[in-house]
Formats: sequence, C-alpha cells, structure tokens
Amino acid sequence: MTLPSATLLAQSVLSGIFIGALYGLLGLGLSLSWGLLRQINLAHFALAFLAAYLCYQLSHVMDPLATLLVIVPLFAVIGVGIQWVFARFRVSPFNSLLVTFGLTVIVEAIIQGIWTADFRKLESSYGAAKFKVGALYVPVPELMTLVVAVVLALAVHVVLRHTDLGRALRATAEDGPIAAAFGINERAVAMGLAGVCAALAGVAGVCLALSYTLTPSQIYAWIGVVFATVMLGGLGGAIGPLVAGIVIGVSESLTMAVTSPAWAPLVSFSLLIVVLLVKRGAIK
Amino acid sequence: MDIVRRAIVGAIVVAGLAGAALAQQPSGTPIKVGSTLALTGPLASTGIVHQLVGEIYVADLNKRGGLLGRPVEWIVKDDQSKPDLARTLYEQLITVDKVDLLMGPYATGAILSAMAVAQRYNKLLIHHTFGIPNLAKYEGQFPAWSLGADPANTFNNTLHDALAAQPNAPKTIAVVTSKFPSIHFMALGEREVAKKRGMNEVLFLEWEFGNRDFGPIAARIKDANPDFIYVGAIGLEGNQLLDALKKIDYTPKYHFYMYPAPGPMVTSADAKNALAATMFEEHAPFVNNPGAGAFVKAFNERAAKAGLPYTGVETQAAASFTAWQMLEAAVTATKSLDDKVLIDWLKKNRVDTIQGKLRFDGPSNYGDDLMRVKQVQNGKWVVVWPKSVAAPGASLQGP
Repeated sequence: MTLPSATLLAQSVLSGIFIGALYGLLGLGLSLSWGLLRQINLAHFALAFLAAYLCYQLSHVMDPLATLLVIVPLFAVIGVGIQWVFARFRVSPFNSLLVTFGLTVIVEAIIQGIWTADFRKLESSYGAAKFKVGALYVPVPELMTLVVAVVLALAVHVVLRHTDLGRALRATAEDGPIAAAFGINERAVAMGLAGVCAALAGVAGVCLALSYTLTPSQIYAWIGVVFATVMLGGLGGAIGPLVAGIVIGVSESLTMAVTSPAWAPLVSFSLLIVVLLVKRGAIK
Repeated sequence: MDIVRRAIVGAIVVAGLAGAALAQQPSGTPIKVGSTLALTGPLASTGIVHQLVGEIYVADLNKRGGLLGRPVEWIVKDDQSKPDLARTLYEQLITVDKVDLLMGPYATGAILSAMAVAQRYNKLLIHHTFGIPNLAKYEGQFPAWSLGADPANTFNNTLHDALAAQPNAPKTIAVVTSKFPSIHFMALGEREVAKKRGMNEVLFLEWEFGNRDFGPIAARIKDANPDFIYVGAIGLEGNQLLDALKKIDYTPKYHFYMYPAPGPMVTSADAKNALAATMFEEHAPFVNNPGAGAFVKAFNERAAKAGLPYTGVETQAAASFTAWQMLEAAVTATKSLDDKVLIDWLKKNRVDTIQGKLRFDGPSNYGDDLMRVKQVQNGKWVVVWPKSVAAPGASLQGP
C-alpha cells in the first residue's frame, strides 16, 4: 500500500472544509429552530432545495448571487407564515417533526411538479471558476459557500450573545412565561427567528445550486449528516454547527483519501456516537 | 375521360382507406395491462421516461387496432421508487384491478418485487431495465434490456475490445465505483476482465451510493494518473466525479461511465470523449430497426412537451419500447392472453424490436448481450463499438 501524497491529503482537507461549511450552513437554521424554538424542522431541507430551484430558475434572468435579493426576503416571509401556523395550532416539538416532514413531502411534490424529477444544473460563470494556491486548487463556488457560512455564523453568534434581541431569544427558549413576564413579546420573537431560519435555508439553497446538480429527491440525502452536524455542534448555537460541519467534512474527506471512500458515511455518525458517549448531556 | 378515371380511382382509394380505418377500430372490452412506475421519489427522473414510452406505445397500438381487435387500457400506478410498495401494487393490479397482462416496473429493486408477485400468480412479466440477470429466477420473466446473462464478463470484454483497437491502447486502469447493486458487480467484473487482458490496476475505490463529496476521490485518481478510468457510476455520479476532476485541473485520458444520466453527461463540457454503455442511440443503424424511426420522433416531441431536459432516446426509452413490442408480438402471434401460452411462445421465438432481433432461450431467459459502447462526441452520444453498429463515420476517439 502506497502512502497518500501530501498534496492529496491537503486537497482532501480543503474539500472537507468546503463541504463541511455547507453542512454548517444548512445546520445553522436547523440548530436555531431546534434549540430556540423547540421545533425539529425537517422542512428546513425542503426550503433549502426550493430556494436552490428558485435560484436555478431566476439565474436565467439575473446573476445567481443577485437571486439572494429575492430569495432571502421571500423565505423570511415563508418562515414567518409557517411559525404563525405552528403557534396557532400549538404544535409540540415532537409533532413539529411530523408536520415538517409532511411539509417536506409537499414541497418535494411542488418542486417535481414545476421542474420535473429530472436533473437541473445551474450553469453560471461561477461554476468553473477556480484558482491555485501552491499545489492546491480552490473552487470559487465552494469558497463563496465557506465565506457565507463563516460570516453568517459569526453574525448570528454576535446577535445571540451581544444584543438585547439575542438575550430575548435565549430567555424565551429557556423559559417563555418568565421571559414574557419581563416584557418580551414571545410570539413576535418566535416569528422573527422563524423568518431568519427560513432565510438561512434560502441562503444555503443558493449555495447548493451554485455547486450541485439538483433533483427533488436530493432533499433527503442531506438530512442525516446535517442532523449529526447540529447535534455535534450543539442546539441553539451558531458557531457550533459550523465547527462540527467542518470537523465532519474533513473527517469524511480524509477517510476517503486514505481508505475506501465507502467508509466515509460511517464517520459522521461514529463521531456523533463518540461525542455523545464522552460528553453526556451535550443535548438537552 | 382521364379525369373521370382518376376520380373513380380516387374514390375507390378513399373508400378503401376508410374501410381499413374502420376495420382497425378496436372494439369490445379493453385488455387491461397493469404496471407500476417510479413516478415520484429518487428514481422518478427515469420513471417518467417509461411513462411517456408506455403512453406513446399504447396510443399507437390502439390506433393500429389494439390487441386481438380489442382496445388496450394501461393502468399504471406510482410505486414511489419503493420496491416494497411495488410488490403491494402488483398484488392489487392482479387481485383488485384484475388486469389481463402485466408490464414491468422501473428499476431493478421494483422489478425483483414484481417478479415475486408475478411468480405467485404465474403471470408473464416483461421488464425494461433489470440490472442483475442472475437474480432473475422466475421462468415467466423476460428481459427487454438485452444485456445477456453475464454482462460483467461479456460487456466488459466488448469495452476492452474497443480500447485494444486504439493505436494508444491504455495500459493502466483505475476502477472506481458506486456500491449501487446493479453497478457494483459490473465494476468487480471489470477488475477481472482488465486483469485477464493484461491491464495494470493502479487504483480501486468504492463509495456508497449517495456520496456527496467527490473531491478526495478525484484527488486519488489524479495521484494514480491511470490511462483508463472505469467509473461504476449511475445517474449523476459520473457528472459529480467529472466536476471534481475539473476542479483540480485533471483531464481523464480514456474514461468510461457505466449508466450515467444521459442528459447531464452529454451536455457537460467536461465529458468530452466520455464512454458509456448503451444498447440504442438515435442514429443509424438503430433507427432503421422496426418502428424505431417513428418512435424516436414521437418520443422527442413528447419528452420536449413534458419538459424533460434530455429528450433523446437511449437505453431506458428503447428498453421500455422493446418491452411493449415483446408483449404485442407474443399476444398477436398466439392470439391469446393466457400467461402460460405467452410465456411458452416467448421462450421459443425471437422478437423483432428496435434493438434488433431478441431471443430469450439462454440462462434466466436472457439472450445475446447487445450492449454497445457509446461516446460523447461533439455534444452527442454516438455508438462507437462494435464497428458494425457504430454511427455513420464515427469511431472511438482517444486522448
């Protein structure tokens, strides 16, 4: 057996960081809604893919990145709408899993109805763009995803930790009635956060469209690994999912670089099990 | 006088045509043909191809007088790409819908499920694209995809014949493959064939179907730098690998993809000279086979109308059409809807199809391996090997 070259290992680490950033970006909105709204929102993945398809469609008439100007506000409104329904019918955390799964199936059917089940690939000037750093190749769409994931994670972290809004969100998640007694409008805060989470799904969708070929059923391909990312990174946090995503991504990539790539999917869940065993109580 | 004679002849011709049309109008209780297809779920992008083909064929069949003078009604249910659901729905088709005949579902998993139900009720099951011939044990099943009983050996040898005929024939090989069942055994067969043909294997990798990150796999291929990459790919995997190779500036020399999604690969700028397996492409000599030309035209139009990004006829559509041709041939020849009679007839006879003349008297009712090697050339798929069925003027292009 020959040892992998340093270039191969470095390129694989880079590849892992990039896909890990996407795990983190997809996980960010999921983590916030799970940790702060107590909703296990499977529809987050469906919204991300709906955004990806919208980006694909709109890219025929505008720059793919400019589609964010449409997608982000649109998805924020959708998020608020979903939250209004959840609040109106007092959907419990467990039921939220079932309801959002149902929503996912509906969104998948809508996507298939509009764009068919066939493959759709966004062709843009970004797709083939790359540059070289030493012996390593850096693809531009993946780099953009990394930058967006880092900026958004930091921004959300700052808001959560250092603003009155963030304190209100955390207080509401901790004990809603007590927070309300201190004058926090629990309903408004929840709607705002749900809007942000859906908007984050929209951003992740645009990043997906820039790098991946789309099919409706791909919605489900990301659920397992992103759930592992969120659970490893901690619920309700912003930096945790990004770090966990990158750890998983790099672990998977290195596994593929040095052993059989078929072992890679085991990595994320093995890591999850190990962390849960070592750090009991990480998930509350 | 001449005008009068012409008028009389014209009237006779018109009356004759009208009579013939009337004679061809099917009548009586419809013959019900039942099947399921993956109309939703992960296999739906191919399921819709089979749906369109079935609709085209049945409409045309009814225009031509139906089967045994009766109209044909096709009952198709959505198995959601789930083999377990396909099993339940085939039970329903037989016991509740009381269909006269069955047509197979898509894809291998669902066909296996349908096969078990057909066996239980002793029904004929003609299926389109079953990928693992040695699992087809039921004597009443018949494959429309003519890949032979041992494609891992026969087709891979065909591929190596094509490569060996090149002036700069490859000497080293990387076999990288998905673990998707109907792909994996082909890749393992390729390892054996390549070894016997004297190729030096410099890399062997397997990944789970659904793998998202092809970056490290591409990096390992680049490190190994083989003359020939055999990619055990299905659907989009081939494109994903090509994307990853492009990102690290690596252009494969000879490269082969087992069952790629035809549209995305042929339109990819990175897929120049990519090889793949096929048994029908829409050019001569295939379009000269019975019914092929008209079918290609009809499918192109229907696929465009349905919004499919790739509207060409290749293996999937052709196998689907073949399946209907087989069913029509058996019923017409035997003048029977009795499954046993139809099964016996298919075992003993050859059927003219758009793939060529098919036989079903080999192991597991498989006949000849009619799989060919195609290549992306100038943004089109063209068959390049064997030479006898290559597109006019086409030959395998090397690096």
